[in-house]
Amino acid sequence: MSPISDPKPSVPPTEASIPTESKNALWHEQVLLWWQPFARDYGMLFVLLGLGALFSILTHTEQHPTGADAGQQVARSILQEQGTAAQVLIVARQTAEDLEFTTTLSSRLDVEGAKVLRVINGDPAATRLAIQELIASNQLPSALAVNDVSSRWGVFGQFEETRNLPAYKPQPYYWPNFLKRTNLLGVANQTAVYAIIAVGMTLVILTAGIDLSVGSLVALSAVISAVYLRDFQGGAAAGIVAVLIGIALALLTCMIVGAFNGIMVTIFGLPPFIVTLGVMLMASGLAFRLAGGASIPELPSSFFWLGGASTYGIPNPVLLMALLYGIAYVVMSRTVYGRYLYAIGSNHEAARLSGVPVVPCVISVYVISGCLAGLGGLILSSNLQAGDPKFGLMYELEVIASVVVGGTSLLGGRGKVLGTLIGAFIIAVIKNGMNLTNIDPFNQKIVLGAVLLTAVGIDTLKRNRPQAFRRAMVT
Amino acid sequence: MADTSGTLVQQSIRSPLLQIQGLSKSFPGVQALHDVTLTLERGEVLALLGENGAGKSTLIKILGGVYVPDQGTLSIDGKPISFASPRAALDAGVGIIYQEFNLAPSLTAVENLFLGQEQTTWGFFSRRTERTRAREVFGRLGVDVPLDVPCHTLSVAQQQIIEIAKALIRNAKILVMDEPTTALTPSEVHRLLNVIAELRGQGFGIIYVSHRLDEVQQIADRATVLRDGRHVATLTRDQLTRQTIIEWMVGRRIENEFPKQPARLGPDRLIVTKLCRGNSVKEVSFQVRAGEVVGITGLVGAGRTETARLIFGADTRDSGKIELDGRELSIRHPRDAIRAGICLLTEDRKHQGLMLERSVQENFSLPNLPDFSNGGFVQSRRERKAWDEYRQTLQIKVPHRDTLATFLSGGNQQKVVLAKWLQTNASVVIFDEPTRGIDVGAKYEIYMLINRLAEAGKAIVMISSELPEVLGMSDRILVMHQGRIVGEVAEPCQATQEQIMHYAVG
Repeated sequence: MSPISDPKPSVPPTEASIPTESKNALWHEQVLLWWQPFARDYGMLFVLLGLGALFSILTHTEQHPTGADAGQQVARSILQEQGTAAQVLIVARQTAEDLEFTTTLSSRLDVEGAKVLRVINGDPAATRLAIQELIASNQLPSALAVNDVSSRWGVFGQFEETRNLPAYKPQPYYWPNFLKRTNLLGVANQTAVYAIIAVGMTLVILTAGIDLSVGSLVALSAVISAVYLRDFQGGAAAGIVAVLIGIALALLTCMIVGAFNGIMVTIFGLPPFIVTLGVMLMASGLAFRLAGGASIPELPSSFFWLGGASTYGIPNPVLLMALLYGIAYVVMSRTVYGRYLYAIGSNHEAARLSGVPVVPCVISVYVISGCLAGLGGLILSSNLQAGDPKFGLMYELEVIASVVVGGTSLLGGRGKVLGTLIGAFIIAVIKNGMNLTNIDPFNQKIVLGAVLLTAVGIDTLKRNRPQAFRRAMVT
Repeated sequence: MADTSGTLVQQSIRSPLLQIQGLSKSFPGVQALHDVTLTLERGEVLALLGENGAGKSTLIKILGGVYVPDQGTLSIDGKPISFASPRAALDAGVGIIYQEFNLAPSLTAVENLFLGQEQTTWGFFSRRTERTRAREVFGRLGVDVPLDVPCHTLSVAQQQIIEIAKALIRNAKILVMDEPTTALTPSEVHRLLNVIAELRGQGFGIIYVSHRLDEVQQIADRATVLRDGRHVATLTRDQLTRQTIIEWMVGRRIENEFPKQPARLGPDRLIVTKLCRGNSVKEVSFQVRAGEVVGITGLVGAGRTETARLIFGADTRDSGKIELDGRELSIRHPRDAIRAGICLLTEDRKHQGLMLERSVQENFSLPNLPDFSNGGFVQSRRERKAWDEYRQTLQIKVPHRDTLATFLSGGNQQKVVLAKWLQTNASVVIFDEPTRGIDVGAKYEIYMLINRLAEAGKAIVMISSELPEVLGMSDRILVMHQGRIVGEVAEPCQATQEQIMHYAVG
């Protein structure tokens, strides 16, 4: 195996040629070897956790159980204190949640043998009327079952009969709005499209390129599938096969556009920024032409599965995102292809001279980016139940921001795919947190920009610190 | 500057131009300099010598105000000083000419000279005054540099002169030159040494850092040798023999600088016929036998590197035939050459050889990655095993396989590049300036390795501008001039540098 016939070097190592490093220095280096790459690649994870903690504290408030859970809880406490002798008046608003509350509550009480005098789903006026009727017919309640909102209505105090009745309502508890299951899933769902496109963008940026066309490809892909389904498959009446063909058609188009980007960048040697800027305009214009400038809502219901449905309680786009990140992580860290991409990004001439097929690799990266942008467009139109040429506006900037916040260098060769996922979530969490804390939209933009700069600034400082160390090593 | 020179002479009686005492500097885990003492007189060329990692660069950067020393004092003309920034060093009269120039490539010579020093009246600078002063400075250096063309169109030597002139315009009294001749042709080196002699005559103090000992012998008045961050010796002019210098640098005796072993030649391995590419390579034909080391030399731009790149497929050839072991190869991409068993160790490690921001392990396995993989997945265990083997055979000093290449010293970087190519088990190895910028000890190891490769029956092409190296290590020497092979020296041991230069200048 070794090309050298003599297994022992004929030059014995000498005192002078071995650098005099103390044990201490080696230990120091071991720690740096472990910590530096981690901090470099995933340092933003701590920022994300910090933001999560911050918004958890800021949105820590009193929570009131609603719906069926609340109904069960109130029924239980009434039965415990008053038993089956209870005569209950149930009052709540006419919302979906409150209807669920009242229905569960009354049926539970019925089953257990307690008497439900009246179920009121309405406003205080309706409640007053109902109470008057009850008093008139001499049906006097022994308990009021209310929820957080209806308990504060003054109407109960207006009648002698109801003023001092025990009011049962769901027990409030304390929990951050930010950490509610629905909120977290919502954040993940809103981020999924950006995060999916950002996978492709990460690969492009790792090879020292950039892809500005992704936003337009989101629109193009949404419009192409919608136009196909409307004009050739009868719109809402289209079958599942037609939907699959529509999806394939949209993805294929986006991949061809990506290949065009890649070829212009590699074979014709144009700067990626300019190529993809031109393609961004062309793709957007094409999307508007195809759609005639309007939204296309004539889509079959089977199309909504991709972006609108959930599996095991988790929205499908989120599952798809997780799957794609898993694949991308394995590809980038374990495969020859991943190594080649890093090699090209860190020194494309050295990579070429080492036999790396630079041109096919770079083209493939733009194809992947185009394809994932197309997928993003399909998820979006599936979720919003229409294909619209206005989709994807400014997405490229949000996606690039995610990649950069995630610690990938715009100079190429340095960064991690999972870092991008963290980056995308940092942006999403900041947006969501500001919504929850009622910061007005104009200020939100200012804050978001400032946070971006801070995050990247901290990261750059952290990266530059080892340089003193590096300089010493190459003295 | 002319008006201050009188006082300079007076002060010189009392104190040296530059005095460094007890200088120490450490970085996390590394003591770069330890109690270094050095003096520089007016009108003196002091060579600063040492292997890579000896602390020369750190010392230069302290003089240039880039680093602040932990301990020790600097004084110029007997006045203690401390530099807070590169600007402060410049103001104190220290001009540093780094290996990598600090010129704005699209500005002209004059614009570069006065960058940040524009002679202005009411915010407008006078082109005429600037040009007059520029001409005067270049005149003092005894060279002619075109004033009005962008710097990137000038030769490396001319750019270097501009760097020196820049320091003079800023009234530097001390010039520090870091490896000034690495990228120069022999005649340019000669001219530069004349310029330095001229500056010495005018009373400047010059610190000259170089690995090329023949230049040091020619120009230096004294030499200070550093080893492992310590000052080990200051040699006077009569002590400056090659042997003594190397002994002090390395800390042991090296019996034979070029350990060439007699070759056992086999059949022709690589045959190149009428290779052409534009104006740079014209009808180049030669063959290399198994076990043979063929040296290719010539002036920079003679077409040596270009020829190597054609053989390797890095550039496309207009015409010509490449045969390996009797089989004609169609090489259109470096990938084809690597598969066929040819490898090229480029002259420019940083830009063409290594991915500095990736680990040594990744650098090592890149050319052969498909062989270390299974179904597209890299088998890291196999990769690690191969790396460990080569790390041991080549004695590469690296803390860990995940260390980034940029952290290694020049010699070790070169060894990583060597390991990376040797593991492809190529039958033709082309070295382009294999020992540029690496120290005596590492050079010796690389020569030994070339010997062992030749012994193993590989065909070796060694491109080099260092004539002693070409003469000492080759079995046969080809000399190129303007894209053609113009001479062949069959018996290098009996040839002289003059003979080769005779061919090289055409």
